[in-house]
Amino acid sequence: MGENEKAPKKKLTKEEAIALAKARKAAKAAEAAKKEAEEPKVDLDSLPLVKAIKKEHAEAIEDIKFANNELTITVKKDYLLPLCRWLKSDPETAFDYLSEVIGVHYPKNEEKPLQVVYHLFSTQKNHRLRLKVNLAEDEEVESVYPVWRSANWYEREAYDMVGIKFANHPDLRRILLPEDWEGHPLRKEYPLQGPEGYREKWLRRHCRNTNAL
Amino acid sequence: MDEIRGLVVTEEGLVEQDLMRDTLTKEMWVNMGPQHPSTHGVLRVVLALEGERIVDTEIYIGYLHRGFEKFAESKTYPQFLPITDRLDYISAHAMNYGYVLAVEKLMGIEVPLRAKYIRTLMAELTRISSHLLWLATHALDIGAMTVFLYCFREREMILDLFEMVCGARLTTSYFRIGGVANDLPDGFIEKCREFCNIFPQKAKDYDDLILKNRIWLARTINVANISGEEGLNLGLSGPSIRGSGVKWDIRVSEPYGVYDKVEWEMAVEDGCDVYARYLVRLKEMRESCKICQQCLDFLEKDDSGEFRAKVPKVIKPPEGEAYACVEAPKGELGFYIVSDGSTKPYRLKIRAPSFANLMSLPKMVEGALVADVIAAIGSIDVVLGEVDR
Repeated sequence: MGENEKAPKKKLTKEEAIALAKARKAAKAAEAAKKEAEEPKVDLDSLPLVKAIKKEHAEAIEDIKFANNELTITVKKDYLLPLCRWLKSDPETAFDYLSEVIGVHYPKNEEKPLQVVYHLFSTQKNHRLRLKVNLAEDEEVESVYPVWRSANWYEREAYDMVGIKFANHPDLRRILLPEDWEGHPLRKEYPLQGPEGYREKWLRRHCRNTNAL
Repeated sequence: MDEIRGLVVTEEGLVEQDLMRDTLTKEMWVNMGPQHPSTHGVLRVVLALEGERIVDTEIYIGYLHRGFEKFAESKTYPQFLPITDRLDYISAHAMNYGYVLAVEKLMGIEVPLRAKYIRTLMAELTRISSHLLWLATHALDIGAMTVFLYCFREREMILDLFEMVCGARLTTSYFRIGGVANDLPDGFIEKCREFCNIFPQKAKDYDDLILKNRIWLARTINVANISGEEGLNLGLSGPSIRGSGVKWDIRVSEPYGVYDKVEWEMAVEDGCDVYARYLVRLKEMRESCKICQQCLDFLEKDDSGEFRAKVPKVIKPPEGEAYACVEAPKGELGFYIVSDGSTKPYRLKIRAPSFANLMSLPKMVEGALVADVIAAIGSIDVVLGEVDR
């Protein structure tokens, strides 16, 4: 099939090529739609975790998603800390382990470009949960340090890399980068090799031998 | 400062008084690292001391930060695979494993059974080699020189096996999205079998050297204690938390590869100290050896030759996100990938076990002696390449 398509390809005019590409795209989309329709839809309300959270903290939930066998709950910013406290202490959920805290930057979402993702795990119940909080540029999210001590470094890293501010964090400093670093490298607008002239400036400030520059 | 009464010669003769009356004592800050052989890399620990007791610990990391997460956003999915080797550079296969699992989860790729067995075999050999390096350096830090030489002898055999499979000894990059790079070469199974047959005896040799050594016991028992609950709260995972009596191993709780098809036992100890973590790792090595034997049994019989699934030439996962984790030799290694439907990850976060494990160090060495810090750092087995990423 591939060879048959390749042979006439050279003779195609621009319009024809565009039409062909469009047709292929449409076929692909149709295939994806078919696949989606075939996949068994998971009834979210039947999941025990969703049931439990809806019963106790229905007001905190903004959105629930189930994809790739992972449950994701988007939480309203102000309800995060009480929800986490409950998730850890309730014997049914028992999330005693915080795997990580991640900052993600979505500059396309103009209203709330920052997202904090929490991965929770329960060693007793053996289940996982992903919590998400969306933030505007100047908003702060409550630190979950009082619930899990491990949030200390995770949140410092999220602050260092993406510039998310955590309220009531005991020690919110940079962790991987030097203290006098400017900017947050994992923001999408931050250039891959650093801002122009930044390396020279930094070396001049910190290295004695500037002849090497 | 406590009062110490004693006789002092004064103009009035011998007088009993407080000897510490005129002595000024204050906290002393001691820098340990970043260039210190027992910190296993560029780890800087600042200790606040009162006499020789530690009252406060501050950890500074980031000396080895190479910006892998930013780097990932400019590389395609297959291009990022060799970078994962450089995370925990002494257990490269395990790092590869976590990454390919996350991409496969995102794309919904089913891996052939033979590839799963090969992967599991490699991951377990890596675990043994990583634990051997840990035991060698940990024992060396504490003062047992001989174990170092013994462990490196066996580690060399494993590195030779890796070299046979993919040509590299440390940064292997043997895994591929959908399987592994190539099938096992001729003669590999026999050589690997040879290693697995002699290893239990070698593990016994290590035990004979240090298990009941008085100096070893004095330096490890009741040193750097941490309870299971505290450890979980502080993010401790892997063999370190199993040394505190927590029955949690990702190979059991969320089995990947063929861990649900082979027979083995989880290593758990209740000691909560450096000695318990040592026992856990030694048992893990023996169990890994058992898993290797079972994988070899299967690979010997299997002649399907399917070592890689059919994956598209251009890896383009659909829009979405996935988190996959494996039990790396140090603990829970996770990759969180956000895909925007293009050939490059939109955001990739590496959950490195050593980074999280290091957080428990201040708790472990609270009120301990300076020498215990070295035992504690050794016992949680940090690799700075993974901490700083």
